[in-house]
Amino acid sequence: MASINPPTNIVIPESDLRENKSDWDLVINAQHNLLHIPFSEIWRYRDLLLLLVRRDFVAIYKQTILGPLWFLIQPILTAVVFTIIFGNIAKISTDGLPHILFYMSGITCWNYFAECLTKTSETFTANASIFGKVYFPRIIMPLSIVVSGLLKFAIQFLLFGCFIVWFFATGASIHLTPAIFLFPLLVLIMGMLGLGLGMIISSLTTKYRDLRFLLQFGIQLMMYATPIIYPVSSVPEKYHWLIFSNPMTAIVETFRYGFLGSGALNITTLIYSGVVSIFILAIGAIIFNRIEKTFMDTV
Amino acid sequence: MARTIQIENVSKMYRIGQIGTGTISHDLNRWWCKLRGKPDPYQRIGKVNDRENSGGDYVWALKDVNLNIEQGQILGIIGRNGAGKSTLLKLLSRVTAPTTGDIRVKGRLASLLEVGTGFHPELTGRENIFLNGAILGMTRVEIRRQFDAIVDFSGCGKYIDTPVKRYSSGMYVRLAFAVAAHLESEILVVDEVLAVGDADFQSRCLGKMEDVSRTDGRTILFVSHNMGAVKKLCPHSALVQHGQVTLCGDTTNVINAYLRGKSENVRRRVWGDNKAGNDEMELHEISVCDQNGSFTSALATDTPLKVHIRYTLKKPVYNLRVVILLMTSDGTEVISSSDLMSDVNNQPRRTGEYISTCSIPAFLLNKLNYTIGVEFEVPGERSILSGNTVNFEVSELTINQLGTTNAPAPSGTVHPLLDWEVKAA
Repeated sequence: MASINPPTNIVIPESDLRENKSDWDLVINAQHNLLHIPFSEIWRYRDLLLLLVRRDFVAIYKQTILGPLWFLIQPILTAVVFTIIFGNIAKISTDGLPHILFYMSGITCWNYFAECLTKTSETFTANASIFGKVYFPRIIMPLSIVVSGLLKFAIQFLLFGCFIVWFFATGASIHLTPAIFLFPLLVLIMGMLGLGLGMIISSLTTKYRDLRFLLQFGIQLMMYATPIIYPVSSVPEKYHWLIFSNPMTAIVETFRYGFLGSGALNITTLIYSGVVSIFILAIGAIIFNRIEKTFMDTV
Repeated sequence: MARTIQIENVSKMYRIGQIGTGTISHDLNRWWCKLRGKPDPYQRIGKVNDRENSGGDYVWALKDVNLNIEQGQILGIIGRNGAGKSTLLKLLSRVTAPTTGDIRVKGRLASLLEVGTGFHPELTGRENIFLNGAILGMTRVEIRRQFDAIVDFSGCGKYIDTPVKRYSSGMYVRLAFAVAAHLESEILVVDEVLAVGDADFQSRCLGKMEDVSRTDGRTILFVSHNMGAVKKLCPHSALVQHGQVTLCGDTTNVINAYLRGKSENVRRRVWGDNKAGNDEMELHEISVCDQNGSFTSALATDTPLKVHIRYTLKKPVYNLRVVILLMTSDGTEVISSSDLMSDVNNQPRRTGEYISTCSIPAFLLNKLNYTIGVEFEVPGERSILSGNTVNFEVSELTINQLGTTNAPAPSGTVHPLLDWEVKAA
């Protein structure tokens, strides 16, 4: 410590004492840039990101007997229900694939996207109590959701992999295609899409909660507009433009083509999905950036 | 000495009332003005932060605040509830942004507006230390290095692998504060968090903060309603009134100015046209007088006091209780008492005007400033009217039972005359 002499007068807004801007580490004011992603700050708070992911994971299965097994049971049960209702009762085509595999491929992808979307859309409202008391880059919260969603996706994907091996061994008509190398890209696009949409919704709901009511319904609707329970081939040709305008369609289709060999690879629609997701993510980041400084006043 | 925080013309405007359908028209109007390059139409109509003055949709919680804080300084921030202290800390903590003005900060700033932010009930103490530390801005390496010290300080070592939802509230707070106390930031902003926890823990926290500032040269901003704590910890203080920093300097002076401002209308308050009451009753007067009925005399510890409360009941009230709460001026509660034992009890008090009088005997109070708060209530059922206070000062100590000491007054909130007997054993 340099000196302990108390300053005699502490209220001195004298302009001649004003120091050079560059001397300060941090300037707090109302200004914000249009698109500013604080990469260095995110890096500094990387431990928080990981701990939040850990929290999401650990807290969910505390005081359960089956623990993390629930991550596996959920998609299996959904696939079984779909198999019974859509496969056996409604007899919707699965492009000649085993029902369970067909539904699971769709569910695995969809779950990741839907989870990213619903959870990030609650970022501001659900964490208001934390955000109201302490600062950290707000973007950490949605990012942690995407990452923990990714882990769950990985677990469910491994399960899906086991099913592929099993069905392959028992002689089902499935085969891998080179399109599986697009897999990381698919995951990336889904993540960006879920994160972007979620950020848009979470930012818009800080002041007006109306969108929240639409979200649940919207996600359901979007699921039916994505080939989860039916293959694209069963959709009449004239509606293809409609179904492919949904950026998730190309992802699920490519995923299925890569791992199960059904359907076809359509690079154009995949590029379309990628462009849309980047666009949505950019919009999400802009709105999020705009709202994060003062949302505490309105949330 | 280097300046670490510079607050320049900072203002913060809030909208009063609910956010609802009316808000969107304001938003549209604001957007339309912005589009035409005009200033925000609602920033002009904001009122100065004055909670007595109602009206207007917008209020300036802070208005043109300027403050500079030097490195290593412990600055106390005091002011009434709603004066803008917490808003100022919120701006510094970057929880929300100022409407206008700049705040410049040098060094890492950690804020402690609440202890245990982000604690997850399902996680164990250990897990929460890491999570909470990270939320407050520590890296995992830092937390690991401090881990033992944190556990030690909290005194929760035995329960560190138990989920915090099983903790007693005291343990919870201790653990939470322990994490915060070990933050390695150059600047620490602390809001009224010490109000929780027992006295022993509070003094340990204050000690820790003092320590941190002295040994590491860290800057601390400390908001509290506990004048004792501010006096003890902070050599300098700033007084926030109506959203402005009105005084800044030596803590004793600032606290005196604050208390003076608080006790403007002293021992007698009479409500005339400006009525205090509701549809059940109306409060006319609260007064504290000596044995001669004077409201203005100087009071000594040997003066018996009478507290008169004059009110009108507009409806009969069964089981009414008029309660007084005697506090020291820093808010420490000393005595509470009510007219429960009086004759009129256990029968409905009919409509009409009443005076409830409470006698405070001589040789009970200390040489201090006191506040008396009055509440009308039906016990266990409802509170009818509360929040009205009078202040008085006992300025002379007739008998000091400690004999001649250096202290201006014996310690303690009361100084009753007690019997002593000394025998050879």
